[in-house]
Amino acid sequence: MTRLTVNGTQHDVDVDPDTPLLWVLRETVGLTGTKYGCGIAQCGACTVHIDGQAVRSCSLPLSAVAGKQIVTIEGLARGDSLHPVQKTWLAMDVPQCGYCQSGMIMAVAALLREKPKPTDADIDAAITNICRCGTFQRVRAAIHATADA
Amino acid sequence: MTTMPNIDRRSFLASSAALAGSAAAGLALGFHVPFADAASAADAAPEVNAWVVIKPDDSVVIRIARSEMGQGSLTGLAQLVAEELECDWSKVSTEYPTPGQNIARNRVWKNFSTGGSRGIRESQDYVRKGGAAARIMLIQAAAGEWNVPASECSAANSVITHQPSGRTVTFGKVAAKAGTLEAPNDVPLKDPKDWKIIGKSVKRLDTADKVTGKQVYGADLKFPGMLTAAIRDCPVFGGRIKSFDAAKVETMRGVRRVVKVGDSAVAVVADTWWQAKTALDALPITWDEGANAEVSSDTIAAMLREGLDAKEAFVGNENGDVRAAIAGAAKTVEAVYGYPFQNHACMEPMNATARWTSDRCEVWAPTQNGEAALAATAEAAGLPVAKCDVYKVHLGGGFGRRGMTDYVRQAVAIAKEMPGTWVKLLWSREEDMLHGRYHPITQAKMVGAFDSSGNLTGLHMRISGQSIIAAVFPQNLVNGKDPVTFQGLNPTGAESVFGYSVPNLLIDHAMRNPHVPPGFWRGVNINQNCIYVECFMDELAHAAGQDPLAFRRKLMASHPKHLAVLEAVAARAEWDKPAPTGIHRGLAQIMGFGSYVAAVAEISISDKGRVKIHRIVAATDPGYAVNPDQISCQVEGSFVYGLSALLYQECTVKGGRIEQENFDTYNVMRIDEMPKVESVIVPSGGFWGGVGEPTIAVAAPAVLNAIFAATGKRIRSFPLTHHDLKSA
Repeated sequence: MTRLTVNGTQHDVDVDPDTPLLWVLRETVGLTGTKYGCGIAQCGACTVHIDGQAVRSCSLPLSAVAGKQIVTIEGLARGDSLHPVQKTWLAMDVPQCGYCQSGMIMAVAALLREKPKPTDADIDAAITNICRCGTFQRVRAAIHATADA
Repeated sequence: MTTMPNIDRRSFLASSAALAGSAAAGLALGFHVPFADAASAADAAPEVNAWVVIKPDDSVVIRIARSEMGQGSLTGLAQLVAEELECDWSKVSTEYPTPGQNIARNRVWKNFSTGGSRGIRESQDYVRKGGAAARIMLIQAAAGEWNVPASECSAANSVITHQPSGRTVTFGKVAAKAGTLEAPNDVPLKDPKDWKIIGKSVKRLDTADKVTGKQVYGADLKFPGMLTAAIRDCPVFGGRIKSFDAAKVETMRGVRRVVKVGDSAVAVVADTWWQAKTALDALPITWDEGANAEVSSDTIAAMLREGLDAKEAFVGNENGDVRAAIAGAAKTVEAVYGYPFQNHACMEPMNATARWTSDRCEVWAPTQNGEAALAATAEAAGLPVAKCDVYKVHLGGGFGRRGMTDYVRQAVAIAKEMPGTWVKLLWSREEDMLHGRYHPITQAKMVGAFDSSGNLTGLHMRISGQSIIAAVFPQNLVNGKDPVTFQGLNPTGAESVFGYSVPNLLIDHAMRNPHVPPGFWRGVNINQNCIYVECFMDELAHAAGQDPLAFRRKLMASHPKHLAVLEAVAARAEWDKPAPTGIHRGLAQIMGFGSYVAAVAEISISDKGRVKIHRIVAATDPGYAVNPDQISCQVEGSFVYGLSALLYQECTVKGGRIEQENFDTYNVMRIDEMPKVESVIVPSGGFWGGVGEPTIAVAAPAVLNAIFAATGKRIRSFPLTHHDLKSA
């Protein structure tokens, strides 16, 4: 058994400790908002927060996260109140297919916590998620709009 | 009719509330199990007609036959129906009917196929008529209750008003009765000048769940007792399985079965996908790779090169005598271009979830073609179509890949080995990269002829290479010729007309089909055709010593719509004024998917030879613009797709298989390289063009022509990473 704290709730999971956190979240905890895109930490669709940092969960074994605070896209809102990034994403219709957007939003939320007024260069450096629909122009605009809100 | 199962937000919320407290960890989806009882959806309400359901609380459900994969046509199609229905847009939601229901109802929703940027342009007429017919029936129902002539009543914003008396009633109050009335024969449509919802940038209907993680994609599906499968198909196309040693992995944790799938693949079925994948990675498999194992990128290139000068070729567009024009030319210009295999690389890898019994087979899948998926399901299940159905979910990207049904067949074949059990098949990224339906590979030899006054007198474009139609729809070949090869190059038609008039013209195709399977890749054949034509036009302009825009203008006089979008981008980018120091410009245009598009790219090149794309001005004339903001999204996204392809993407072949297995070797443009895209929408009216694809084609040639302006170098093979752009 490994004890995990996900979105404030404790879970004791009986899973091979080598299993990547992504698959524990999706298949054992049952939170499918965090997505599989590549499995090699390239695309960022699996981004979650671990102790406040944006981390790609597909390449992180369960054994590395025991006892840490994990937040997924499902835990980003405060009750019914969406996180500011989610609010802007909704207001500006950022997603297209939406599959990468859980990871994108988690990466952006972590960036804004660290740099509340990011420059374009900050965004370029921090947001390396892949979006095949190509929402980047709106992502950038929505990051700035969130920062200015 | 019965209600249709769906996992849109309404039923998801309703049923997950019902299950709250009892749902086991891992049961992420609470919707009812369609296999058990497809008619048990809680929120049943009678339909007004096939397109429109209105509930007593006045909420409106519009049925959408086409698939939503990010392109926004779910919202656009709903706008078309709502416009004629005269309903309150704020009350609109959508649902997908199933292809099985479509067949059972004599294809009342017509075509489910969602590709070729056809979603709106090819269904706009009948979906608007669906909305208009429902409005007429609602008005008749109200007039009947009031005992007044329907002609004295009108509808607006979901309210019917009897004009003489001022009496009103909402749609929800009369919808049930309206659904019992006979459908009207004569259904006139509104004049476009009276549109209130079409043409407005209303918000997408599908955003809310995409920002909270609630949106359920195929990869997220969960059914009671469901098992999960990982699969490996022979990496060499055409190869087979010789043997595998199931005993080596059958005792691994969670593993339930090792299943041979067809002649060429093996799947491991386990409690979780990670267990299945881990076991599959450990499974010893011996392949019989077959003759294709001898094929490489070099042998394919040689095969195509031979076609460039082959005698036999299919003619796509011809006027005058190009050979005589070239023979008698004062000057000729010649260049050979090539375009590689590329993978769609949808963010969500291929997947499908199936349950098979001897009496029924159901599949839940992200598919661009529900009806083809149903046919594939029935065939793989060994059951009549009437005993099968396919339930669509939103796609995590499609781009043409999900019009294919290979992954559906596999899922059904695996489920058939485990009767009564739901099995979700999910491909790894590696499987997805190795078993694509790739952008077709082609080369083109371009020859231009000038007379002594510098006029272009002849143009010969010889395409050599792969035909998508020969591989996917061989029944659509015309005496062996693939008409779709000539996309953007056709002499006439409403779809993809060549925008230049040249006195002696020949565009022909030597079909050369390597074993790597091609497919419809967003933009399809205009991608390479636009590079070939628009880059070569730039070469010709340069050879003639003329400005690329001025050179094109002379050749485009009889194609005013093509020219208008080109002029629009030139004006916005101030083509007639010098670019700022260090900035270089290029332009391109094409007609494709019924729309006219053009772009100007502004780039710079660093001392180290790195291209920076600063700004793109892109114009689109789709005839009618249903949702301008969503058109802009498609245009912006098209540059990411098209420029990723230009900058980075090539699937190479070695030993008969694709070498690139993941995003580390198949790179994608990220936000740091995203240029500022200015979308200019110039709808000229009177026709309906698509917007999801055409713009991709102009992305690469506009940038390539700017690279020439900056460096004097012509790039004729891709991706750009093959070339050194450092100044000499």
